[in-house]
Amino acid sequence: MKLKLENLTKRWGAVYGARDVNIEVKDGEFVALLGPSGCGKTTTLLMVAGIYKPTAGVIRFGERVMNRVPPKNRNVGMVFQSYALYPHMTVFENLVFPMKLKRVPAKERRERAQQVAEMMGIGHLMDRKPGQLSGGQQQRVALGRALTKQPELLLFDEPLSNLDARLRLSMRAEIKRLQVNLGITSIYVTHDQVEAMTMADRIAVMRDGLLEAYCPPDELYDRPATLFVAGFVGNPPMNFLDVEVTQANGELRARCLGLDVAVPAERGARAAGKPKVTLGIRPEDLSIVLGEPGGEADTVVAGEVYVVEPLGRDDLIDVQIGQSHVNVLVNPGLGLRLGDPVRLKFNMEKAQFFDPETEQSLLWR
Amino acid sequence: MDDRMGVGSRWRAVLPLLVMAVLTVPILMGYVWIIISTFSQRTYGLVPVDSAGRVGGLTLENWAFLWEDPNIWKVTLNSFTLAVGLTIGVVLVSALAGYALSRISFPGRKAFLGTTLILHAFPSVTLLISIYFVLRWITRVPILGRGIPVIGGFGYDTVGGVILVMLALQLPLGVWLMKGFFDNISWDMERAALIDGCTRLRVWWQIIMPQIKPGIAALAIFSFISGWNEFLIPYTYITDQEKSTIAAYLRSLMSDTAPVNYSQIAAVGLFQLIPVMIFFIFTQEYLLSIFAGGSKGGT
Repeated sequence: MKLKLENLTKRWGAVYGARDVNIEVKDGEFVALLGPSGCGKTTTLLMVAGIYKPTAGVIRFGERVMNRVPPKNRNVGMVFQSYALYPHMTVFENLVFPMKLKRVPAKERRERAQQVAEMMGIGHLMDRKPGQLSGGQQQRVALGRALTKQPELLLFDEPLSNLDARLRLSMRAEIKRLQVNLGITSIYVTHDQVEAMTMADRIAVMRDGLLEAYCPPDELYDRPATLFVAGFVGNPPMNFLDVEVTQANGELRARCLGLDVAVPAERGARAAGKPKVTLGIRPEDLSIVLGEPGGEADTVVAGEVYVVEPLGRDDLIDVQIGQSHVNVLVNPGLGLRLGDPVRLKFNMEKAQFFDPETEQSLLWR
Repeated sequence: MDDRMGVGSRWRAVLPLLVMAVLTVPILMGYVWIIISTFSQRTYGLVPVDSAGRVGGLTLENWAFLWEDPNIWKVTLNSFTLAVGLTIGVVLVSALAGYALSRISFPGRKAFLGTTLILHAFPSVTLLISIYFVLRWITRVPILGRGIPVIGGFGYDTVGGVILVMLALQLPLGVWLMKGFFDNISWDMERAALIDGCTRLRVWWQIIMPQIKPGIAALAIFSFISGWNEFLIPYTYITDQEKSTIAAYLRSLMSDTAPVNYSQIAAVGLFQLIPVMIFFIFTQEYLLSIFAGGSKGGT
């Protein structure tokens, strides 16, 4: 089923929960709503579910306007962070409860519950109460309960946040596979950008109730439209430096204290001439240059190691350049220590430029 | 707790028990006295004595009211009716009002919560006279006044009238207590039920109410005991001996002119205590949950 949100707004007094949100979800698509807490992603989801009534705007399921349709008539399944299982009912009763309310015949109820339970790997737990299950099992039951009623739309509200890190990884893959197999249109709310990047077909990034970006994960990563998106997506986060881009002898250069690098023309064209722009560069686009200084490319900058954080596969080092700091991922074999002088090569082909006033990208908008 | 059971840790376990035991002794003495005195002609301290002051003088005479005074069974039944009626009323209204106050935002919600609390702090004695006029007025309403079976009606000099007054006085506590229990239930569960296809009323009845069973039980027990033990209101608004309650009956034994037989009063008091004790033994677990602040188990 197709889903369309048009200028969807939720306001409590003077406070906006969501503001002019425009999202279109294709049939069978998996969309993530990503943002920090309080950004309006759950508000948007609850409006889709019918729990909140929109202040303005339109929710369409297919062509049908759903604004005033009560949640029970929307045929959506929802999975909550707190699982929200009914603790006084057994797993089986939890699974059949939505079907009972839809007046599905008893025999079919049992069959469907059994089938979903097998699919979720909880068939042996049917007689237990939720309180007797582990967090992972409870979340499977919750997911099962959302599926037994054969919804046209699946809503997830941070379903993995209460699970431990290892379980989160496996459940992530499982939900993704399940969604692809069943082909149910899904909206997945999360504050974890890794979850959003790995699972979603498209990601809607929200901040302060506003939609900041809505595009596929790779585009979000490579072509962030705003400063916020650039900083929020990616781990470790993108480095930002306040620079001035000047043009001399037909060549663009980005400069600040201690830094002077050449900028490819197609990247820096719109940044040039502004008194101050924000240069964004991801930690993996910076690398350590070994050997003696001198005679190298004009994208190398000298700095000093400020902090070293071993992450196992890489070391995350904080390098001080003039007054600024950048994070770099380096090979732990280099054995860098605090205070070591280093030279960093900037891969300016991947550099981003933003207007610090409007926070809009100077490349993609 | 310390794993090693050294001398220090053993003392730490025993000492509180010892202190509590010492503090409990005077209270226990009171109960022991009541029990002994109901079977004695007189007592000297805890020692039963006869009229001449010699040790002994055990008798069942003090319990004679059970078979000699037919009124005792009537007032017992009245007390029971009062307690049950009050319990049903308090639980039903508190559960609905508490749910609304916990979940639904409506104008005047905060003011309502504040006012009920103030009402609760109001000593009921100060309201006695005004309530008297209200009850007199209700008496004149046909059927509702004094034409209802079992409880008599809701007017003056009926058990129903007393239930009505006590209900009003008990509700602030009940509503606040229920609201507290509802507040502890996650919104998500309610949302899940709405999305699963429930109406609001069905969510309340089928999903939320089962979660707060301990709270309902606790409130029911509280209401039952306060209805069973209430003295002032039935004493004030019921003049007819036959419609009176057991607490008022107890008062009638302490006449101003004749000498008071304290052993008999102890017997009636003990008789009144028995149902409460039995009730309490089976329900103390739930009562504790009021202090534990909500239901346990599940998520």
